Amino acid sequence: MTSVMNATRSPHGISTSSDEAICLAGVNAFYGESHILHGVDLRVKRGELVTLLGRNGAGRSTTLKTIMNMVGSRSGSIVINGQETLGMKPHHIPRLGVGYCPEERGIFASLDVEENLLLPPTVRSGGMSLDDIYGMFPNLYERRRSQGTRLSGGEQQMLAMARILRTGADILLLDEITEGLAPVINQALAEVLVTLKSRGMTIVLVEQNFRFAAPLADRHFVMEHGRIIDTIEAADLDARRDDLNALLGV
Amino acid sequence: MTMIFGVPLAVFMGQLMLGLINGAFYALLSLGLAVIFGLLKIVNFAHGAQYMLGAFAALLGAQYLGINYWLALLLVPLVVGAFGALLERLVLRRIAHLDHLYGLLLTFGLALIFEGSLINLFGVSGASYPVPEALAGGIKLPFMFLPTYRGWVLVAALVVCLGTWFIIERTRLGAYLRAGTENPALMQAFGVNVPLLVTLTYGFGVALAAFAGVLAAPLYPVSPTMGSSLLIVVFAVVVIGGMGSILGAILTGLAMGLIEGLTKVYYPEAANTVIFLVMIMVLMLRPAGLFGKEA
Ligand SMILES: Nc1ncnc2c1ncn2[C@@H]1O[C@H](COP(=O)(O)OP(=O)(O)OP(=O)(O)O)[C@@H](O)[C@H]1O
Ligand SMILES: [Mg+2]
Repeated sequence: MTSVMNATRSPHGISTSSDEAICLAGVNAFYGESHILHGVDLRVKRGELVTLLGRNGAGRSTTLKTIMNMVGSRSGSIVINGQETLGMKPHHIPRLGVGYCPEERGIFASLDVEENLLLPPTVRSGGMSLDDIYGMFPNLYERRRSQGTRLSGGEQQMLAMARILRTGADILLLDEITEGLAPVINQALAEVLVTLKSRGMTIVLVEQNFRFAAPLADRHFVMEHGRIIDTIEAADLDARRDDLNALLGV
Repeated sequence: MTMIFGVPLAVFMGQLMLGLINGAFYALLSLGLAVIFGLLKIVNFAHGAQYMLGAFAALLGAQYLGINYWLALLLVPLVVGAFGALLERLVLRRIAHLDHLYGLLLTFGLALIFEGSLINLFGVSGASYPVPEALAGGIKLPFMFLPTYRGWVLVAALVVCLGTWFIIERTRLGAYLRAGTENPALMQAFGVNVPLLVTLTYGFGVALAAFAGVLAAPLYPVSPTMGSSLLIVVFAVVVIGGMGSILGAILTGLAMGLIEGLTKVYYPEAANTVIFLVMIMVLMLRPAGLFGKEA
């Protein structure tokens, strides 16, 4: 059986198979003295789109930052595309094919739109070309010479997404990409995500906007106090809608 | 004889030229400080000493290795810059996570060590470095006599300043630097080796100082303390221009040199203090500096 032959063992003795893009096992994360993540387990198969749901402060952004090694310190096991990354330097992690879109968007004020787009180095072949990207986001083409932070909130969000699509990353970590955006733009973003998923990308979506995330996702992870407290498959969503509302406090 | 506000044209132009040349050094040095401060957030107090090391390297290279001026202009920035990079990698990086005040103190300490060691070896009196033969003599302009070497210094400094501006504002490497200045953590999350960028940037800033040192060697006595007095003025220039801007550092440097030159013509007693007066005025009216972003 190929899945057994390809299985490797992580330091925590949990087997990770090669069809998994991301596998977190017993992950703890700290900012200085504060212990934020407490034994997070999370597995995402290649080509899946999953969400991290939870109330404010549940630790969803921290989970993405922990994967990127942007927190104070971390322990446990984080396997990306079959490679243990716990001891890796932050700048080596994107080179495994990971693209990260931070909650605060991180558009650079001292760069124009096109410079922002071209900034992240290519990590793999097969990324979108500048033309593809301008085709997908015509607004960015029209404003390519503007200072990055002069764009509207929605345009900045598109820019933050678009610039990691250029790099060839096939695992996308997207933090609250719909925050504060108009419904039409959310609609456009949802279409982009569907397209990316159909191209085989693995996507981890941190979302507050459950109505946006629900139709897109294969699975939902619910976080609270730095732990994953529930996992809900897309197929079970209707049956478990009340549970979920209770967990999220909506 | 043509007079400008009661001063002969030749004298006026001569002082203006001297001012412009001082300004070129201010520009080169404050540019390096601005580049280093941008990414490392460290006020590099060793900058004056690194300028002095540039001049000394040229002097010693000529005396002991027979390295001529032109070769020194190329080699010295490389060698001193590499030394700077090593310093960043081995010393500055260890305190990068601490308050930036520690970086200031550390570089100040390094400056004292460099100066002290060279005073110990060579004394304070200073030696002279010959003007390269090709640049000896002068050019007779309609309004003044311009020593060729001074003209060359002005041109070389401006070319290097504008080249640096071009690299930072118009190239991909420069985009890395600008972005790294804004948000190094995110740059690293894109796969950019930010620690390496920091090392190279510090090395580059130091190389600029060393380049200025080589340019200065034939003009001023080469002595271990030549950098420390200059650095104080350069810091005033940086405060006036504001730490944020590359072009601001260049323009402010040149402008302050000119203002100093003009003051020498009309009120020589204030020539050494005029820059500090401007600094005080700027601090009161626009604390972030002329080109700095208001906090
Ligand atoms: N840089 C930091 N230093 C210390 N504590 C932090 C830091 N960033 C986040 N935290 C803490 O970690 C916890 C989780 O924060 P996180 O940003 O992961 O929440 P979140 O689930 O993304 O919520 P939000 O809806 O607010 O984005 C919070 O209690 C927060 O106060
Ligand atoms: Mg968050």
